[in-house]
Amino acid sequence: MSREDQQILKQFYNCCILRDGKILNEDLWVRDGKIVDPEKIFYDEKIKPHVRIDCNGALISPGYIDLQINGGFGVDFTHNINNVQEGINKVAKRLLEFGVTSFCPTLVTSPSETYHKILPNIKKTKGGKHGAAFDIMYGFKSLTDMYGSLENVCLVTLAPELPNAQSVITELCKRNIIVSLGHSVANLKEFHHRDPGLVGLLTSDQVYPGKTIHYGIIADGIHTHPAALRIAHRTHPKGLVLVTDALSALGLQEGVYQLGQLKIEMRSGHAYIAGTNTLCGSTAEMSKCVRHFKEVTGCSIVEALEAATLHPATTLGIEKTKGVLNYGADADIVMLNKDLELLSTWISGECVHCNYKCNCQ
Amino acid sequence: MRLVICDTADYVAEWSAKYVLKRINDFQPNPDKYFVLGLPTGGTPLGMYKKLIEYYKARKISFKYVKTFNMDEYVDLPRDHPESYHYYMYNNFFKHIDIDPENVHILDGNAPDLVKECDDFENKISEAGGIELFIGGIGPDGHIAFNEPGSSLASRTRVKTLAQDTLEANARFFGNDISKVPNQALTVGVGTVMDAKEVMILITGSHKAFALYKAIEEGINHMWTVSAFPRTIIICDEDATLELRVKTVKYFKALSATHQKLIQEDGDAILRRSIQNN
Repeated sequence: MSREDQQILKQFYNCCILRDGKILNEDLWVRDGKIVDPEKIFYDEKIKPHVRIDCNGALISPGYIDLQINGGFGVDFTHNINNVQEGINKVAKRLLEFGVTSFCPTLVTSPSETYHKILPNIKKTKGGKHGAAFDIMYGFKSLTDMYGSLENVCLVTLAPELPNAQSVITELCKRNIIVSLGHSVANLKEFHHRDPGLVGLLTSDQVYPGKTIHYGIIADGIHTHPAALRIAHRTHPKGLVLVTDALSALGLQEGVYQLGQLKIEMRSGHAYIAGTNTLCGSTAEMSKCVRHFKEVTGCSIVEALEAATLHPATTLGIEKTKGVLNYGADADIVMLNKDLELLSTWISGECVHCNYKCNCQ
Repeated sequence: MRLVICDTADYVAEWSAKYVLKRINDFQPNPDKYFVLGLPTGGTPLGMYKKLIEYYKARKISFKYVKTFNMDEYVDLPRDHPESYHYYMYNNFFKHIDIDPENVHILDGNAPDLVKECDDFENKISEAGGIELFIGGIGPDGHIAFNEPGSSLASRTRVKTLAQDTLEANARFFGNDISKVPNQALTVGVGTVMDAKEVMILITGSHKAFALYKAIEEGINHMWTVSAFPRTIIICDEDATLELRVKTVKYFKALSATHQKLIQEDGDAILRRSIQNN
């Protein structure tokens, strides 16, 4: 953006916006990639917008944030060791088609050489025309494996019952890295009334007042039963974060592909191990997850959208700038129709993807 | 003095909006000739603003060449406070229409020099060529803007300390906490309003019936300042006429066909009728 572009004041009108947990009949004003307060501009600067964009009645939501995505479009973040940045850039660009404007490339548990090779090559990036913004999340076994290369990491998943887990968690918190509990035997076995495991945390009375436990859930209609989504929604809606956990097969057309060691087959939108009926990972699209979640839980539009925007942003502690449409926040937005189908995706107030003839130019 | 009696408050909103529409369009404002409008806040004119926004959206009216001057504003209330008149005007009217922010004038109650702010405001009105149409409402006690009963008919824009009655009446807008109500305001004077080429006063509700009676049926009186206004058109609903004499109401109702012409797109302000000689 040139200096001149940055001064351009844009008004999105004829729209509803999601703000402060409500859907408001309001315009959205953007300048210099940020959402601005039009009343202040009206009275202080006394200027009118340079560009007016007719949204044709669309609903504007903050762009979706995916905290857990392992790859997509043929790229696997953990296995494409030699061209890390290229792979991430490709995924970042294509995710715009699903309304995702920020994501955490997720590395699955791997030998330490893998981390050492990948982590230095991933840098936190601001989104733009090239793709969504990203931060990194990964799981690992013990802190010593990683020592010295955590500066690009924002979220770590670990099993709380492992030896030294407590001291590792303390160390991570000191570095402002979010700790996520998983990989745990606790979530592998069924929920039991005498030992509720990680699920029990959702209603725990040991959580500090004012603190919210966030938890990810894949609402693709395959990996999580509708009843499980309903239970999650009804017990702890404020902490619910929609994630895709998508693998490299996400976004691929029908056909057979060689992904790493695995031959897979894309059939009717799902990824199977070639020649079998065995599912091989999630190919969930975030925009579909939001719609599916709303449909099966009967939650409000606001609750469905916040589970993919405000909640993941709050998990990472970036809710001042991402996942909200408040003044001062980044203008990373999606336009949706009344059925929450994606019409267009915008980063820093610039249209980066549109599904129809929108007025973005 | 003209009095237009509408059946309901909704129709008061519609009638007054149509009158503004017609006055602006008849004026044919352009870059060399701005229409200058005086504006009120409060509950009564809200419906009129809604209608004007509707007409703007239907492309029946543009505010591109309209300058506005607001009547009043609280002193030392943050501008973005929901009870500030800046907030009211922006959210209930200005943000919905095509007015140029440069042409909007609202007294700044946070100005370092309040007296200067008031003097400048008067000067800006003069520079704009005076106010073509000043729209206002009145309180049950007859106040217009923050000119409480007893304000001089010659008063100009100035700082006013608010009466206890006014503070109590406004406490409901500040969480029923009287200590939170600003106790000073900037307001145009009665003289400022009277200088306008025309004044339109909106009055609705039975609680304002006594004020309407005082404005119309009694003599000119600075305790009921509207009674002194020249070139005034009052738009009221049936409820507001409760204290008027039947004779007064019937007189004005008989003129309703004439008044209706005032808001018809092709209507003239004065009806002419040719009388045939046989």
